[in-house]
Amino acid sequence: MLRRRLNRLLGGDERRVDSRTIYVGHQPSPTEAFIPPKFCDNRIVSSKYTVWNFLPKNLFEQFRRIANFYFLIIFLVQVIVDTPTSPVTSGLPLFFVITVTAIKQGYEDWLRHKADNEVNKNLVTVLEDGHRMRKESEKIKVGDVVEVDEDETFPCDLILLQSTRDDDTCFVTTASLDGESNHKTHYTVPETEKDLESLNATIECEQPQPDLYKFVGRMYIYKNDPEPAIRSLGPENLLLKGATLKNTQKICGVAVYTGMETKMALNYQGKSQKRSAVEKSINAFLLVYLCILVSKALVCTTLKYVWQSKPGQDEPWYNQKTQREKDTNLYLKMFTDFLSFMVLFNFIIPVSMYVTVEMQKFLGSFFITWDRDFFDPEIQEGALVNTSDLNEELGQVEYVFTDKTGTLTQNNMEFIECCIDGFQYKYRDADTELDGFSVTDGPLSKMHEKAGKEREELFLRALCLCHTVQVKEPTGLCQDQQNNLMDSLEGLMVDGGPPPQEQRGFIASSPDEVALVKGAMRYGFTFLGLESKKMKIKNRNNDIEMYELLHVLNFDPVRRRMSVIVQTKSGDKLLFCKGADSSIFPRVRQEEVEKIRVHVERNATEGYRTLCVAYKKLSINEYASADEGLQAARLALQDREEKLMAVYNQVETGMTLIGATAVEDRLQEEAAETMEALQGAGIKVWVLTGDKMETAKSTCYACRLFQRGTELLELTVRTLEDGVRKREERLHELLLEYHKKAVQDAPPIKPSVSRGWSRANQDYGFIIDGASLSLVFNSLESNSSRYKNLFLQICQNCTTVLCCRMAPLQKAQIVKMVKNSKGSPITLSIGDGANDVSMILEAHVGIGIKGKEGRQAVRNSDYAIPKLKHLKKLLLGHGHLYYVRIAHLVQYFFYKNLCFILPQFLYQFFCGYSQQPLYDAAYLTMYNICFTSMPILAYSLLEQHICVELLLDNATLYRGIAKNAMLRWVPFLYWTVLGVFHGLLFFFGVRYLFGNPALQDNGQVFGNWSYGTIVFTVLVFTVTLKLALDTRHWTWINHFVIWGSLAFYVFFSFFWGGIIWPFLKQQRLYFVFANMLSSVSAWLVIILLILLSLLPDILLVVLRKPCGPHSRQRKAGESGAGGSQSPRSSARPLLMRTFSDESNTVA
Amino acid sequence: MSKEVGTENRPDNTAFTQQRLPAWQPMLSAGIVIPGFVLIGLAFIGIGVALFVTSRNIQVLERDYTGVEKDSFCYGCSDLKVKNCKCNLNFTLDKLFEGPVFFYYGLSNYFQNYRQYGNSKDANQLSGDKEYFLEPDESCAPYERDGGVPIAPCGALPNSMFNDTFKLYQMVNGTRVEVPFDGKGISWWTDYNIKYRNPPGTPLKKAFEGTTKPPFWPRPAYELDTTDPSNNGFINQDFLVWMRRAALPDFRKLYRRITEGEYAKGLPAGKYTLVIGYNYPVRAFNGKKKVVFSNVSWMGGKNKFLGIAYLVIGSMCVVMSIVMLIVYAKFKFPDEE
Repeated sequence: MLRRRLNRLLGGDERRVDSRTIYVGHQPSPTEAFIPPKFCDNRIVSSKYTVWNFLPKNLFEQFRRIANFYFLIIFLVQVIVDTPTSPVTSGLPLFFVITVTAIKQGYEDWLRHKADNEVNKNLVTVLEDGHRMRKESEKIKVGDVVEVDEDETFPCDLILLQSTRDDDTCFVTTASLDGESNHKTHYTVPETEKDLESLNATIECEQPQPDLYKFVGRMYIYKNDPEPAIRSLGPENLLLKGATLKNTQKICGVAVYTGMETKMALNYQGKSQKRSAVEKSINAFLLVYLCILVSKALVCTTLKYVWQSKPGQDEPWYNQKTQREKDTNLYLKMFTDFLSFMVLFNFIIPVSMYVTVEMQKFLGSFFITWDRDFFDPEIQEGALVNTSDLNEELGQVEYVFTDKTGTLTQNNMEFIECCIDGFQYKYRDADTELDGFSVTDGPLSKMHEKAGKEREELFLRALCLCHTVQVKEPTGLCQDQQNNLMDSLEGLMVDGGPPPQEQRGFIASSPDEVALVKGAMRYGFTFLGLESKKMKIKNRNNDIEMYELLHVLNFDPVRRRMSVIVQTKSGDKLLFCKGADSSIFPRVRQEEVEKIRVHVERNATEGYRTLCVAYKKLSINEYASADEGLQAARLALQDREEKLMAVYNQVETGMTLIGATAVEDRLQEEAAETMEALQGAGIKVWVLTGDKMETAKSTCYACRLFQRGTELLELTVRTLEDGVRKREERLHELLLEYHKKAVQDAPPIKPSVSRGWSRANQDYGFIIDGASLSLVFNSLESNSSRYKNLFLQICQNCTTVLCCRMAPLQKAQIVKMVKNSKGSPITLSIGDGANDVSMILEAHVGIGIKGKEGRQAVRNSDYAIPKLKHLKKLLLGHGHLYYVRIAHLVQYFFYKNLCFILPQFLYQFFCGYSQQPLYDAAYLTMYNICFTSMPILAYSLLEQHICVELLLDNATLYRGIAKNAMLRWVPFLYWTVLGVFHGLLFFFGVRYLFGNPALQDNGQVFGNWSYGTIVFTVLVFTVTLKLALDTRHWTWINHFVIWGSLAFYVFFSFFWGGIIWPFLKQQRLYFVFANMLSSVSAWLVIILLILLSLLPDILLVVLRKPCGPHSRQRKAGESGAGGSQSPRSSARPLLMRTFSDESNTVA
Repeated sequence: MSKEVGTENRPDNTAFTQQRLPAWQPMLSAGIVIPGFVLIGLAFIGIGVALFVTSRNIQVLERDYTGVEKDSFCYGCSDLKVKNCKCNLNFTLDKLFEGPVFFYYGLSNYFQNYRQYGNSKDANQLSGDKEYFLEPDESCAPYERDGGVPIAPCGALPNSMFNDTFKLYQMVNGTRVEVPFDGKGISWWTDYNIKYRNPPGTPLKKAFEGTTKPPFWPRPAYELDTTDPSNNGFINQDFLVWMRRAALPDFRKLYRRITEGEYAKGLPAGKYTLVIGYNYPVRAFNGKKKVVFSNVSWMGGKNKFLGIAYLVIGSMCVVMSIVMLIVYAKFKFPDEE
């Protein structure tokens, strides 16, 4: 970070321009004067510290935390001012905390240093003046020509100049960057010199920016001509640092971005810290305690001076003041007194709470990683915890935003059927048991009719050509492992035993494409691969057809389509385009649309993903202009994207629709059960998908998010465009109508009703699409907020909301809207693809599914799980437990420190407000560190107040802790009152005992330290036993820690009081504890006070019982069992059919 | 479920990692709590009765001798200008005051627990470290030095040591017979034997060379007890008792025990005179002084609080168990499973 900032400062002049110029091989360009530009070196610095700056920098970072700073201030006050307790009492815990944190951070940084060094010291080959030099990676400079061998990772961002492959390409896998394990093809800069030594060129490219998939640049090649040849550079020419070279022996490239300016380094940045609601509660409680602390100190200071104003009290003869004290200014004295009281009572805000909470979170998150239920044998991985700060938030989720593809569904695409010219081709056997739903409205009669052979083959060729799929190549030995991995991957994708010729592996970024290519293969058209820009296809007659690939008009989520331009052998130039119906239909001749639209819509209702395929024959002129446009746009340095888009749009018009495909995306395992459980837990599920409304709706039905009785409120383009009126008017009307229906007419939701299982009232489901949503959000200023409000209210009253046709940013918008709505509910986003990243980052808790669409979602998530079904246990099991644990931890910590400090406060009234501590310094210091910290830590890691199975079976239990139930003000008040009660009891119990301090049978008297020790003993035992009372789940660890802590306290007290400590000035506790134990009265009062303190708790436990958790569990169990069965019958699992993998060629 | 394919990434199947540690899940049910309460209640009542009876049997004789009121027997001495003032406290015992009898002095509104006061001593000095005799700790200020000469023992706490003297006489047939006081064993054993040490050197006076007595003291530390040379310096029993700071502003401290001779069994009924050497000023800060004769039991001195508290809590437990019984009988023990 710092380095980057520094670089930015140093390279200030370079920053001002928005492009950088690179001299390939450091050869001066003939036209300009050669000014060696300054770029950062190729050192990757992910570490934060060096040996020299570790101490100051780490300390600075740590003391930026408000809590640490507070304790530092207290410590400094103790050092400077004459305070009742020695600086050690607060210095030691602070030192402990700081040291532990520093060691942890130091260790982590050391690991980063090691990793950095591994990368930075790695030897690479650099071509310098025609010589191959081995250099350490960190010494690469921008402009160096670097040589990379197969299976090596690129040391910096390179522009590919030369490849050993004939077709001037190389293959790269970016698995470590974005998790996509497919091989991506990169191209050399066209028509560069083969002889790199004589290459004289400069590259002008944009300044470093983090987008992995964007790069624009230009290369000027100086030959003998005065005018340099210009080549455009795009992301396909850029090899990213961190990616690995595959299937290519050797490449040469010129370094364009190095070190911290590489795209990998720019992408490596910590996510913004998410803070949990519990933390906010803690901060609120802290504030209360801070107020208590300050008011205590104020009260004491005031009373001190009131008390001293009485004659004789201020300076009795036995306690004369020193001259200095007499000279001190009164107000200064008051201020120091105030500070002293602050110091005396500062233990009420414990340093150790932060440590314990952090430890609890850190260690607790291991239980998620360790959970075998989260282990998925298919991908051989379990859950992943990226942040441990949000464990308890999992127990507080009110809204779940889920992606559809890959999350609710498997993203395991299966080619189901296609429609050519309006004739349906079903790949499956017609006898396969089908749902009534899908068969009834399907024109089965057409099954036997066929489109013309030509159309058929054109369609299949289109499927074979229009994609970016790569064929996995047969490779050498060294790649065996890689292949095995892919084989197994393939094996998973193609269920059953496919015929040998189908063993061919296809790799693509989108599984739809693989499904389509495979579908075409089943109809007899096999894609053989791309070789030197020529696509090879084996047709039905086993002839090889060759097409020259002229252009790929890439897919992007805005256009929702992709195209290729190929040249047939005969020289015809064809454009094939496939894409979503909404993006294709407007671009084809309208007369063809209708017959295909029927199929597309029917397929969509069945829950299939549909794509339309169109083609266009390009005339020579058309192609020429398209080619020119594309070339020009690709050369553009500015707004290249926009320009390309414009050309794309221009080319992709006037096409002919050939047909449509239907690909099935099966539901995830237990998707419906999971959704049901979530709804039972009172969580509202919103489905946000980029998919079509019909598809999404059917998925929702299949997941039982919508049920038969659910009344759907639609706010889509279709419902908006019903007549002559303007969209805005209609929107207004619909919103009001739905609002009336769902919000105003609905019976007011009483908490008791919503808690119960029975949902007598009408369920509403709300459907909105992207276009309507943007209408809601972007309508006129005055209406916008009102519409938003209406929309939000409707949504909040619906059980399920489905948002389809969403752009990634819109997903985040919706999450943000709900997040910021009244009551700021806790939101959770779950998704698997790059398009879900924005909503994952936006929500309180982001969950990534380790799906097939790369790892971007996982990388940006807070938790990653292999399957959707794991969400149930993550929320209902782990989340619930973590919440209960941490809530109890927090409350208990405040409680135990309140009853710790209250006696000390009360003692001031009996010692002339002189800040005399009640407890010995050792006790003050150790109380939170040793005596009472371990039991609560063990509790907060192991407690299962209700066992996990029960939690999973009774989703309704989750509602019991909703809305931060255990950390609201009422429970806080209960704990505070309890703390005050205990504190008063401890102090006054012992106070009355000391009415006669002769407590020993030998008539000797006890002094103030005995007083404090008795109070402290009662305190330690009471708070520990209070926790023992709260513990419902006693493992051996709990036993060990609870009884061990008490034993340790006794042992420590003996030890501390049993030795004359050479380093102590005053041996004030010498034999105090032992003497105390020799007094029967002390024993009796300790027992009495402990029992009396715990009495209310025991009573509460017993009396709460009849209406307590146990009976509620049973009730919930009964209704839960009943409830989980009834809806099961209501929706037929549409998409849960089992497919046999028979091949069935229709043709 | 238990397919053991690819176990390397699979989390360990231990009870700990799967949060399945065998656990005891206690439920406090009425079946346990009600009998428990009855038992505890009865035990407490038993202890309470024992404490109450014991406490009642402890004899206490307490007399204030501050001398504020004009008719008070020490009124004449309460004026500090009178040096070596003595006043007599006469009292009559109707029956035997059972022994061993402990004789306490008590002070009230006296803040021995005042922080600065309590810290005003030099622990190193008091443990006999000679280095600190000439260089006392600055926490002793303003009783660090007296005219430039270091004070031993320094500090406000030692300086203000209680210095009233008491002598008890029984009137036997018109003559005063002195009741012997035992000044041993009035301080903690560890204080006397380990914690406080005299500086090395004999005679003790030599060890205190170069220091001066605390200004309030009539005699230097090495002459505190002229009768017993081993009861001088920092291990003087009265000094040790004083140095153990009282917890509360109204306190009593053990002065002497009556364990010797015929009085070992107690003070027989009769007339007694306590001759008080009134030296300690308390009126300036509205303090009170008193003397207490008391005998002790296994629970220490007389203390009604404990016995009553035990009785109250014990009966509370019993009452609560009855209430619970009624509640549960009405609601038919819902947790019988």
